[in-house]
Formats: sequence, structure tokens, C-alpha cells
Amino acid sequence: MIEVVTVILFGMLAVTAIAAIRLHDLFAVVMMFSIYSLLAAAVFVAMDAVDVAFTEAAVGVGISTVLMLATIGLVGRHEKRPTHRPGLPLAVVTLTGMVLVYGTLDMPRFGDPLAPIHQHVAPHYLQDSPVEIGIPNVVTGVLASYRGYDTLGELTVIFTAGIGVLALLGIRRRKRDES
Amino acid sequence: MKDNVVLRVVTKIIVPVILVFSLYVQFHGDYGPGGGFQAGVIFAAGFILYALVFGVEAIDRVFSAATLRIMTALGLLLFAGVGFWSLIGGERYLDYDALAQEPLVGQHLGIFLVELGVGITVAAVMITVFVAFAGRTPD
Amino acid sequence: MDLLGLYNYWIVILLMMMGFYVVIASGHLVKKLIGLNLFQASVFILYISMGTVDGGAAPILRSGVGVFSNPLPHVLILTAIVVGVATTALGLALVVRIKEAYGSVEEEDIHRQDDSL
Repeated sequence: MIEVVTVILFGMLAVTAIAAIRLHDLFAVVMMFSIYSLLAAAVFVAMDAVDVAFTEAAVGVGISTVLMLATIGLVGRHEKRPTHRPGLPLAVVTLTGMVLVYGTLDMPRFGDPLAPIHQHVAPHYLQDSPVEIGIPNVVTGVLASYRGYDTLGELTVIFTAGIGVLALLGIRRRKRDES
Repeated sequence: MKDNVVLRVVTKIIVPVILVFSLYVQFHGDYGPGGGFQAGVIFAAGFILYALVFGVEAIDRVFSAATLRIMTALGLLLFAGVGFWSLIGGERYLDYDALAQEPLVGQHLGIFLVELGVGITVAAVMITVFVAFAGRTPD
Repeated sequence: MDLLGLYNYWIVILLMMMGFYVVIASGHLVKKLIGLNLFQASVFILYISMGTVDGGAAPILRSGVGVFSNPLPHVLILTAIVVGVATTALGLALVVRIKEAYGSVEEEDIHRQDDSL
């Protein structure tokens, strides 16, 4: 049953992505991206990743979309029709895709409980975190405690990106005020 | 968008709900889905919605540019500071067992503080970025 | 071994390649960034689909549930999503500055002004 839901959602994702490719009005493309994010969040719920779905829904549909709309408000919403033919990009994409599909042939089946990914640290997290951490949400436990270094690094990246945006967009306005 | 009555009224009703929900997500993240990353983003989304309807200056009344910069650094410092606290307690960096007598209490406290730091920085960065974009006018 | 069990990877690769196509075939810098985001979102789906277990539940421990999906990919992707939006914001800020410096965000116009093609 859940496979049916997943496949339908995947189909809708593909349709949205094709629409985003074919449209040349950036406003419509941004809206397609927003829908794509919402569908991706639904896929995450279907795959039992509620925390991730939560984040994707808030970030992809909310913040990303607003930032992209703000940008096309500043740079213009219409894309020029491409002058070159789509043949070469299409060939590159097809070739890359075929290589990647070849790479999946010895991957474990979807949902296989014996896949290598489920044998390493995950059983430890699921079985020992009630004793070692004592909170029911394993994702929060792993995020903040077991992989605290990782999260600290990610937070530093966000911090740095924020500073970068300020450096790029925050400074010129002040100069104009002075002059 | 200030002239649209529906948008104005609905925004005023919905923004407090978004902010309270973000606090719920922040502090209930140990027991259900949620945590600092989600809460920070939702918190920022509430302010961004208000600013979209009432203008970017509205954010200035709550978070000035200086406050936002301090908050951005504060969250990261809180996270890193918890790590040093556990060093002082005689454990490894970011090992929260050292934060209290009972290891489990220490873990709870550590995760709470770390998630709070994450939430503060994420919310501040998202609002900062939005203000930086929205504060520019097309040339 | 039934190949149909690999359908999740193939659909993800299809979505990924659509994002990749937008990145290389489109000349508008904002659209390139959107393509990059499509690519990124499909990588997220790839990771989460690898963490799924048949009959598993969301990894929030409670009595009466024995099988959980793998929490590790969830943690990695959770942070990656927020880092992704932060870096996208940085990219969009660069696009805004490029527009101010060159008067255009079309790749060809920028190359023409720089005589780099």
C-alpha cells in the first residue's frame, strides 16, 4: 500500500520537475520548486522520516521560496530563450543517468532490513539510546548527543553563510546612506 | 500588501500561533518530531510572514540589525560553550554526562541547551538573510 | 534478485538528472540555482529511501513498536536541508550582486561582457 503512495508521489515529483524545466517565467519555476519541496516532504512522511519532512516543509516551501521570490524581484523574472540547442546537455544528462543506474545494480533492495546501512551504528542508536540518552526521539538524541560535533559543524556553516549574505548584501546600502 | 484587509487580519491572527508552535517544536523535540533546526526555521517564517504583509521595517521594531547579529553568534557560542562546560566537568568535548550528577539528567540538559543554541542561530540567520534581501531595492 | 526493488534509486536518479539538466541547459543564474536545489532535494530523497525499513515506524521510541527506520540518514539530511537553504541564500546574494555589476543574470551576457567565450 505504502509503495503505491510513494510511486504516485514520485510521479508527481517528476511532473513538477519537467514543468520547472519547460517554463521560462521564473515566478512559475519558483512555484514549481515550492510544490516539489512539498511533495518531497510528503515522500519523507511516507518513508517514516517525520523530522526531515517537517524541516523540508518549513524550509523548502517557506524560506527558500520567499528568498527566491525576493531575488527574482531584484533581477527580473523572465528567462531569455536559450540560443543553443538542448542536444548536448541532454546527452550529458542521459549518459550520467545511465552510469548512475548501472551503479545501483548491486545496491540493496528498497526497504531491505538486512541492508548494510542498518547493520552498523543504527542498531546501537535504537537499542542503547534509551539507556544512554533517555529521550524517546532518537533523531534528536543522535543529532544533539551522539553526533554533536557534526551538528556543531553544520551550525557553523549556517552561521558563516549568514555572515556571507550580510557581507554581500548588507554593506553597499550603508555606503549609499553616507554619500 | 498592507491594503488587503484579509491578509492583514489573517496575518495578525496566525503569526502568534506560528510563534507558539515554533516554541512547542523547540521544547518538545525530545519527545516528538522537532528540534532546534525546525523551530528556528518556523520562528523565522512567522516573522517573515509578518514582514511580507506589513513591510520589512516591522522586523526592526522587534529585532534590530545589531540584535540579530548578536543572536546569530550567541546560539553558536551557546553550543560551543556547552562543549567546554563538559570539558570542565572532566569529560570529552560535547559529552553531556558531565553536566550533572546523573548522566541522564546531564544528557537532557545538554541536549536542551544545544538545541536552544541551534534554534537561536538558525532563526537569527534566516531573519537576517530575509532582511538583507528584502531591504534592497531593484536598481 | 528482483530489479524492481531498486525502483527508488532509479526514480531518484531521474529526478536528479532533471535538476542537473536545468543547471547545465539554462542560462539564467536563478534558474540554475533552482536546478541545483531540485538536484539537492532528490539527493535527500535518496538518503531517506536508503534508511527505510519494511514495516518500520518513525524512529521515536514507544512501547508496542519493534521495527524503526534508520535514524542516521534522518539526522544527516535534517541538518543538510537547513545548511542547503543557507548556502542557497548565499548563492542568491551572489546573483543579486552579479546583476548589479553586469546588469544581467544571463550567463551568455556575462561571458560576452568579460570576453571570456
